[in-house]
Amino acid sequence: MNDQVKTSVPWQRHWMAVVLIGVVLLAVPFVAALGGQAWVRIANFAILYVFLALGLNIVVGYAGLLDLGYVAFYAVGAYVYALLASPHFGLHLPFWVILPVGAGIACIFGMLLGAPTLKLRGDYLAIVTLGFGEIIRIFLNNLNAPINVTNGAQGITLIDPIRIGDFSFADTTTVLGVAISGPQKYYFLLVALAIMVIIVNIRLQNSRVGRAWQAIREDEVAAKACGINTRNIKLLAFAMGASFGGIAGGVFSAMQGFVSPESFSLMESITILAMVVLGGMGHIPGVILGAILLTALPEVLRYGIEPLQQAVFGRMIIDPESLRMLIFGLSMVLVMRFRPAGLWPSPQRRRELAESAN
Amino acid sequence: MDTLLQQLINGLTLGAVYALVALGYTMVYGIIGLINFAHGEVVMIGTMVAFTVIVSLAGSGMPPLMILGIGLLISVLVCMALGWSLERVAYRPLRGAPRLTPLITAIGMSMVLQNVAMIIWGRNYITFPPMIEKHIFTVGGATFTNVQVAIVTLAALVMSGLIYLVHRTRLGMAMRATAQNPQVASLMGVDINRVIAMAFVIGSALGAVAGCMVGSYYEIAHYQMGFMLGLKAFTAAVLGGIGNLAGAMAGGILLGVIEALGAGYIGQLTGDFLGSHYQDIFAFIVLIVVLMFRPSGLFGERTGDRA
Repeated sequence: MNDQVKTSVPWQRHWMAVVLIGVVLLAVPFVAALGGQAWVRIANFAILYVFLALGLNIVVGYAGLLDLGYVAFYAVGAYVYALLASPHFGLHLPFWVILPVGAGIACIFGMLLGAPTLKLRGDYLAIVTLGFGEIIRIFLNNLNAPINVTNGAQGITLIDPIRIGDFSFADTTTVLGVAISGPQKYYFLLVALAIMVIIVNIRLQNSRVGRAWQAIREDEVAAKACGINTRNIKLLAFAMGASFGGIAGGVFSAMQGFVSPESFSLMESITILAMVVLGGMGHIPGVILGAILLTALPEVLRYGIEPLQQAVFGRMIIDPESLRMLIFGLSMVLVMRFRPAGLWPSPQRRRELAESAN
Repeated sequence: MDTLLQQLINGLTLGAVYALVALGYTMVYGIIGLINFAHGEVVMIGTMVAFTVIVSLAGSGMPPLMILGIGLLISVLVCMALGWSLERVAYRPLRGAPRLTPLITAIGMSMVLQNVAMIIWGRNYITFPPMIEKHIFTVGGATFTNVQVAIVTLAALVMSGLIYLVHRTRLGMAMRATAQNPQVASLMGVDINRVIAMAFVIGSALGAVAGCMVGSYYEIAHYQMGFMLGLKAFTAAVLGGIGNLAGAMAGGILLGVIEALGAGYIGQLTGDFLGSHYQDIFAFIVLIVVLMFRPSGLFGERTGDRA
């Protein structure tokens, strides 16, 4: 009960922090732009991953269902957008039609996957979701013959940006003497979406459904005995997670203007899962932190390793790309070694761990 | 009929490799309930080490079979050491941590191993020097090579050895006891840490053997080859019922045969709508269908209620 009181109050109690976070969020795209638009794009991806990780958090963190194929729903959303708003089929529907359609189709896919498999337990579910993700990717890769639906490995190009009337998110506009570039506009859109998903996550956490998920996570049989319809509630977690994945995919499509199956590999699913677990499963600030760190770290390493090697050895000794991924992997191992519950676990979870350790 | 027999033979060869790799997953899972995602990478390292040894000995004038044997031996030893250190450094400190924690560690280790391999062996495909002169046999319209015979025979030998080890030796008994209940096993005087380390070591040795087989069968190697191979082998282990040794062997061979048959017949089955590049899909579709009807795999026991 204590937790419930704590989570509902912070808006009033911590208004200073809220204002501060707001100012930082506003400043980020302009500060990042000083280093070039590439950094704004990195910031965009960080927010997009926050969105995805929070979507997955519903499935893994709240309901405790290990999903290794989350990227499938992201892919579905991205391709729905790409097919309905590109010259590929000659369709150019507006985004406010496509995003809900994409979310809906991803949701249907989530239920299609969930319905037959949710009676599986733990790791069996993990491997089935993994297989599902691979199946979707293989289909995207090969559905260019005999009917060209996805354009195969080449992917779909020239996807429309998000556009409201004449206001396009792709070009630069000047507002009150400040030039706002395309990526910066997407940044604000993504922040708005992320705030939406954060609110949904917070509201879910303390809702009837959220408590049912928690009960299933801790002990499914007991939850069932308490009158929870475990099948429907688990299906709901899958469907909700999938819809968020679908929306994220749509925005990804519009932002990049290009999709190909390569973006939806198993590694992508694993990275999103790593964000959730590394940050602190089921704890919203932790998941956000995990998503931002895991997006930023490889990029910082990309720009940091080359000069560092030059400075230390005077020449490139080790291929920077592999060294970058090596450090990335190693830091995942180290974080888990020293903070097994994640970087910023929920207070409740930390207590449970401390109890079980004694 | 010719294609059927041919695909069965190819499937059996591939399945033998899957089975060996799957055993590595299933042994570790059976004892500590961890999906060792890095196992595929151990197999890859095994292939790479064998390659390096074989290439450096190729000009030495030794008989080719001996060179192959040395390559296999060194690769097995290196992988055993690697498996042992993985357990020691990455997984042992995490015993008792939340269930997903070691999974992320395993993923991290797999990235580390992959990139170390890339730094050592480069990012290009490596061609395996053919050490054995290929003989092609023809039986009833289907052909197979002596390499395939060697792979299947060696796999059968290694697996029999493993069955003997698990069911007839003290270490095997300790392993089975730990798998059933670690606490009680340790009360009976079983050194749990040693048993778990041995599961990793033996699993990695099997992986190294499989790695050498893959190398000599396809004659190429790549630093990313462990990923898909590991995924398929893990699927095989789950198909048979994860934690179950006989299940992993059966699952591996079954998966290999299904894949080969699928690749051979998918065009006919779907009226040329889907081609053989959908080969990779079969493993997963079969897996989903089997788990729908047998949620604990073909030979698995009912799992408990721990999610």
